[in-house]
Amino acid sequence: MKLTSEEVRHIALLARVGMTDQEIQVMRDQLSNTLDHFQSLQEVETEGVEPTGHAADVTSIMREDRLETSGDRADFLAGVPRREGDLVRVRPVLD
Amino acid sequence: MSVDVTKLTAHDASRLLASGDTSALELTQATIERISTVEHLTGAFVTITDDLALEQAGQADARLGLGPSPTLTGIPMQLKDNMVTKDILTTCSSKMLKDFVPPYNSTVAAKLFDQNAVLVGKGNLDEFAMGSSTENSAFHPSHNPWDISRVPGGSSGGPAAAVASGEAVYALGSDTGGSIRQPAALCGVVGLKPTYGLVSRYGLIAFASSLDQIGPLTKDVTDCALVLSAIAGHDPKDSTSIDTEVPDYTDVLTGDIKGLRVGVPKEYFVEGIDPGVREVVNKAIDVLSGLGATVDETSLPHTPHAMAVYYIVAPSEASANLARYDGVKYGYSTEAQGTMWEALEHTRQEGFGPEVKRRIMLGTYALSAGYYDAYYKKAQQVRTLIRQEFNDVFKKFDVLVSPTSPSVAFKMGEKTHDPYMMYLNDIFTQPANIAGIPAISVPAGLSEGLPVGLQLMANHLKEETLLQTAYAYEQATDWHTLHPDL
Repeated sequence: MKLTSEEVRHIALLARVGMTDQEIQVMRDQLSNTLDHFQSLQEVETEGVEPTGHAADVTSIMREDRLETSGDRADFLAGVPRREGDLVRVRPVLD
Repeated sequence: MSVDVTKLTAHDASRLLASGDTSALELTQATIERISTVEHLTGAFVTITDDLALEQAGQADARLGLGPSPTLTGIPMQLKDNMVTKDILTTCSSKMLKDFVPPYNSTVAAKLFDQNAVLVGKGNLDEFAMGSSTENSAFHPSHNPWDISRVPGGSSGGPAAAVASGEAVYALGSDTGGSIRQPAALCGVVGLKPTYGLVSRYGLIAFASSLDQIGPLTKDVTDCALVLSAIAGHDPKDSTSIDTEVPDYTDVLTGDIKGLRVGVPKEYFVEGIDPGVREVVNKAIDVLSGLGATVDETSLPHTPHAMAVYYIVAPSEASANLARYDGVKYGYSTEAQGTMWEALEHTRQEGFGPEVKRRIMLGTYALSAGYYDAYYKKAQQVRTLIRQEFNDVFKKFDVLVSPTSPSVAFKMGEKTHDPYMMYLNDIFTQPANIAGIPAISVPAGLSEGLPVGLQLMANHLKEETLLQTAYAYEQATDWHTLHPDL
């Protein structure tokens, strides 16, 4: 199946990955090629088959609601790329 | 006494340390020396932590001096650079995390540090563990110690190359679709992907959460059992962790597999396998038979669809997991000016490499409105069928055998131009991740002078059966004693 450049641009927007026109073209051809190979899945009869989301048979693990220390605040802040004092600086949200 | 670390196993090292014939410091110094001699050839490390290693070795010696210590105390090892280590750079071989110093330890690192294991460094990988050759590392590719013009496999190419070349006694890798087993096969070492949930994923930088699993890369099966015993176990910090008793996996290593039922799934012996690989695996099956196992052909008819399932499920989960890299909380942040949305796109454009972008795009597409049912849901349904098929087959067989990889190590650059061709490397390893079952690759011989891996698969939590079989095979052959001449 052949994706259009417009479709690829739309996916890039959803994924929030900036791409040049050239990258869009390369991605269009590579994704189209990969998706072609996936068409064989449509031949598999799956009527009434439950989907598997996880390989483990564990569900809804609950922990006791207890206060615990989970690390040092200064350590976490140390990795923030843009900060002012103890505040995390973000870019303007509105134009 | 000076120790040759190039061929040293953890169980031998442990014995030498316990008897006082060597010290952790001596072992660590010898390993650092080995790294300085061959690292420029293998490129197995992203970060070498020699100062820390010497400090940890000193602490290990102090503990050893007090009496009996855990088996891995004082033994030099490497962790793949997608397992977070407190105050030690953890990059995932990505520009996105090139300066990331984690504020906490992954559970596996904490467990090994509790034993006073010695970390000599962090292992190179394909960026975010996406790849089969370690050529996708944002920093440098790794090379196969058997022939440095060839790839070590991937994505745990650094750990496999480090163990094969003696730059670490053992290493931990992670396996989402074959990323421990395929490089282990290509580098001639033992690699185990445990049952999904047996080893905690806490602090493993997420790629595809329903498939990711941490496991050992070692020089032999005994080491594999030792390291698995050290890292397995329930962890309240991982909600998919299985609450089960962890045995001492070395207890089952008897060499006796009489009466073991071995299945040979015909879908794993299709066209496209190197004739040399096929020959080696057929001989290995004869060895198992010679040891008293009953060998019969069987069938897993949905196997040809596993790859499509994998390349829909894994990128879909990756596209969600990697949404966290926004340049705000940690990691790379663009210098470009603009609004939040513009900065986000620039950060991800500049921070991620081509393969990571490809998979994020593929996953975003499969999850997007209008395509969800045709791709993601369909893949999850076929995943159910693949799981059921394994369940049924394991009623008749204890262990399934196959090649680990369809070929021996290929030349660097040979497959980088065609992503789909690269994806074909993992056709025999992906089904185990899809079904969540354990699988191991053990050295089974050489083809064209390069290592070939034999893959063994067993049912959920049947690591003991797997290790017992692998050990019996290893004792009957001497492939694990071959080392690259580096």
